[in-house]
Amino acid sequence: MLNSNPNRKYVVGGIVLAVTLVYMLRLFYIQVIDKSYQLSSKNNSQLRVVEYPGRGMIFDRFGKPMVYNEAVFDLLVLPQQTKAFDTMDLCRILSVDLMEFRESMKKAREYSRYRQSAVVRQITPEQKAALNEKLFQFPGFSFQIRTQRKYPQSVAPHVLGYVGEVNQTDINADTYYQGGDYIGKSGLESEYEPYLRGRKGISYQLVDVHHRLQGNFENGRFDTIAQPGRKLTITIDAGLQEYGEKLLAHKKGSIVAIEPSTGEILAMVSSPGYDPNELVGRIRGKNFERLMNDSLMPLFNRATMSRYSPGSIFKIVQALIALQEGVIDEFYSVDCNKGIIGCHNHPNAHGLREGIMYSCNPYFYNVYRRIILQGKSTSQFQDSQIGLKTWYQMVCSFGLGQVLQTDLPGIKPGLIPDVAYYNKWYGANRWAFSTIFSNSIGQGEVETVPIQIANLAAIIANRGIYYVPHFVKSIEGVDSIPEKFRVPHHTAIDTKYFDVVADGMQMVVNQQGGTGSRAQVPGVIVCGKTGTVQNSGGKEDHSGFFAFAPKDRPRIAIVAYVESSGAGGVYAAPIASLMIEKYLNGTITQTDKELAILEYKQF
Amino acid sequence: MANPRTNFIARLDWVTIILFLVMVGFGWMNVFASSRNEGTGGSLFDFSQRYSKQFYYILTALVIAIFTLTIDGKVWSFFSFPIYIVTLLILPITIIIGKEINGARAWIFIGSFSIQPAEFTKFATALALAKILSAYNFVVQKPRNLMTIGAVLGIPMILILAQKDTGTALVFLVFVLVLFREGMSWVVLFVGGLAILLFVLTMLVPIPVLLAVISVIALGLTWLYQRNFKFFYIGFLSLGILFGLASLASTYLGQDWSLSRMFFLASFVAFLIWLTIILRKRHNPLLLILLTWFGAILFIFSVDFVFHEVLQEHQQSRINNILGLESDPLGRGYNLNQSKIAIGSGGFFGKGFMQGTQTSLNFVPEQSTDFIFCTVGEEWGFMGSLMVLGMFSGLILRLIFLAERQRSAFSRIYGYGVASILFFHFAINIGMTIGIVPVIGIPLPFFSSGGSSLWAFTLMLFIFLRLDTDRYQIVS
Repeated sequence: MLNSNPNRKYVVGGIVLAVTLVYMLRLFYIQVIDKSYQLSSKNNSQLRVVEYPGRGMIFDRFGKPMVYNEAVFDLLVLPQQTKAFDTMDLCRILSVDLMEFRESMKKAREYSRYRQSAVVRQITPEQKAALNEKLFQFPGFSFQIRTQRKYPQSVAPHVLGYVGEVNQTDINADTYYQGGDYIGKSGLESEYEPYLRGRKGISYQLVDVHHRLQGNFENGRFDTIAQPGRKLTITIDAGLQEYGEKLLAHKKGSIVAIEPSTGEILAMVSSPGYDPNELVGRIRGKNFERLMNDSLMPLFNRATMSRYSPGSIFKIVQALIALQEGVIDEFYSVDCNKGIIGCHNHPNAHGLREGIMYSCNPYFYNVYRRIILQGKSTSQFQDSQIGLKTWYQMVCSFGLGQVLQTDLPGIKPGLIPDVAYYNKWYGANRWAFSTIFSNSIGQGEVETVPIQIANLAAIIANRGIYYVPHFVKSIEGVDSIPEKFRVPHHTAIDTKYFDVVADGMQMVVNQQGGTGSRAQVPGVIVCGKTGTVQNSGGKEDHSGFFAFAPKDRPRIAIVAYVESSGAGGVYAAPIASLMIEKYLNGTITQTDKELAILEYKQF
Repeated sequence: MANPRTNFIARLDWVTIILFLVMVGFGWMNVFASSRNEGTGGSLFDFSQRYSKQFYYILTALVIAIFTLTIDGKVWSFFSFPIYIVTLLILPITIIIGKEINGARAWIFIGSFSIQPAEFTKFATALALAKILSAYNFVVQKPRNLMTIGAVLGIPMILILAQKDTGTALVFLVFVLVLFREGMSWVVLFVGGLAILLFVLTMLVPIPVLLAVISVIALGLTWLYQRNFKFFYIGFLSLGILFGLASLASTYLGQDWSLSRMFFLASFVAFLIWLTIILRKRHNPLLLILLTWFGAILFIFSVDFVFHEVLQEHQQSRINNILGLESDPLGRGYNLNQSKIAIGSGGFFGKGFMQGTQTSLNFVPEQSTDFIFCTVGEEWGFMGSLMVLGMFSGLILRLIFLAERQRSAFSRIYGYGVASILFFHFAINIGMTIGIVPVIGIPLPFFSSGGSSLWAFTLMLFIFLRLDTDRYQIVS
């Protein structure tokens, strides 16, 4: 074709020159004017070395170690420095699955080719030694020392909780964490994470162009030394805890024991449980899955999460409210009229003490009726509302129907129905005492969790006050435990009314005809109350018992539940008895009682 | 000095040859500096090292250069189509027998030796294009001719895209510069520039805002032509009413239409109405404004669609990264970030030969291939970068100058082709390392390590130098 448009060469040339000029200016800016890139390049040639501190140990109330650390190793990889290597050999030495290993190598490359990440975790010192000899065949790989939890008594898994690798949510929530760090995932490990984790140490090493270490950056001015985690002493009595777990072995149930004068939890057993050593190290994933899928739900902490109707134990609360409201006195008597509400065969109750001793249902039907229907309105609907409102406030003052602000995460509140609750169900002015009378004997809508009932025992032991049940006894380097565990909470009931109830509870255990005679402990006055929880679906009732001992200056308040095992006196009472004896006397004299419990197996 | 009309050596363009030699030599120094820590041991001429391999590639390239100069220039014009077709045929074969590297099936292995056929497609396409355009009385503007050109450029692009080598495929767009020099309309350059601008804006600005802004600009332009606000008001009002109707329809039909969809519907209806009015009244300037306005809207929606529905995630990320919409310095943004750090840390005079920490410590990825400019920037500083920019723009401008002095149209057009390809590689590669254009994996000519690209560029350049020596011959 003809040479048309010869002038357009200036346009093309102009474009070339324009681009060159723009690039020159840009290069002038990033190379000469902007100094930040030179700083970044320094950071690149520094090696950031992290030193992981040992996690804080956990001791029981007598200073016996319950959780300590063992050394293990992580295998780190810097993907960009790796060469072809014998993957099979590496997996064989470390006994890891080939596919899993490839998957973690892929993840490491995806995270960054230029940063280290851990590909195999929890390598034992023996495996590490075996690989160390051959490490030169595996460029790009190195070891890092870590620690792993160890539980000498293998007890209290639900209380202590477990430790696991941080997930993305943890990393986003707290900049302290980086991928591969460990964090308390549940229980006290999670609650006291900031104390237990310690502080990672970081040192900055300089490397030269040949990647050789050239010493510390600025003589270590920016380095921090790792600080080990703080020691945590908890209120658990490891011996009592171990004994409680032994008693509940092969049964579904829970035990919570509290020191009434302080609110310190002496033991918290949930059965079936698991060996906390199972959820450590590389076996953790597999075991966790197995425990998750177990139909007996061993991961579930029954002591804080199982919602039961309190059953007859709740009669104690009804009695106290009625006394406080002045609707009955200690001499109030009712004939056992099974026409109103079902009951077992027992003599008529003369006075409140016998009402409690016999656990008479018609008696407490009438007590609750007097609380709810006080004649403050002519409409029985209105009157029931007024009565329930007062009742609700008083019940709540026992710490029921709410989450106890303890130091174990995941506690359930249970349920105490209020006016709004029934209005929602039935509609306003569509319900009255006759609708809700089941609450009188702890059935109906009322629900509690075991730790609340243990606290209730502590309240009666203390004659009207409680300290929020808790596990922390002391933290290394911290002057005192949190304020919330040191202030007494007062119930809405005057102290003077508690003695009558305590008398009744003493008779439950120690008087001929009482429902809880199996809770007796030789030489100790035990006050208790049975609670038989109707189990829905026609299955065997849950057996419940709560108690405190001794009657004067009580040292232990306790609740025991055995699911689907019949009346409260049968299994729950002797378990409470044995726990009390173990704690107060240190030895067990009731060996036949112990044997009967140990021989009873549900699964 | 010998007479160029009689002496072949004197006819050679030594400026270009010296630039070529300096670039290749300086390139090898940088490959050596950046790859010296890659392996362990190995002597300078041991074939196992990247820099020693590169040394042999350079020797081979020199042989290719000398050999090419001895071949009669007419061969290239005569065999341009066969060469073009052969290189095209190799591309699908590569897809079948080739080995996948970095997600692209662009390499053929012969023993331990690898070759990237797409590199050679570039000069072959330049030859074919030169052959077509140089035909007597060929006019670029003719629709039939445009279709031929589109096919010659489009086929290799599609085949290379099929290899998933997007970077190399994009190179063929640069032939627009050649077409422009040979008489293609300004409109293409203008529309191309507008498209790039709109593309960037679509990524950066929320679509409803962008649509509103370009509509206001279009209505403003009507004022420029009419010198009164009549169309401005009418346009504004009608768009507003239609938009209101669209949102009413959305509510009435129970559809949860997005703002941009309602805007699109309103604009589409408005476009049809105005088009009929303007066509009837024969307002040509207004028609131009209307078509540009609606074309821009269509373009914005298709960019949005392609970006979200067609592009793969890593491609989206690279674009987002360059536009500053996404920051992922350890992952996808790593290459770009590290490359800027390396270049930026060089300062004015650089850290000195083999003293770079960023590139030699393997902080920068692909440091001896696509990111070789990082080593230049780090070790030679702003002075070194300036020198490289100078050499490249000097070479390209020299080639344009040489192309313009050709009597033969074929030689001129081919020369422009060579200059354009070099320009594209230069602009994209260096632009990428300094964060001005997205990360597109194409090599820096004569610098990046690797045999195929060096040989292809050498061949391409020396064919033109040979053609240049024939410049005194009678145009046949």
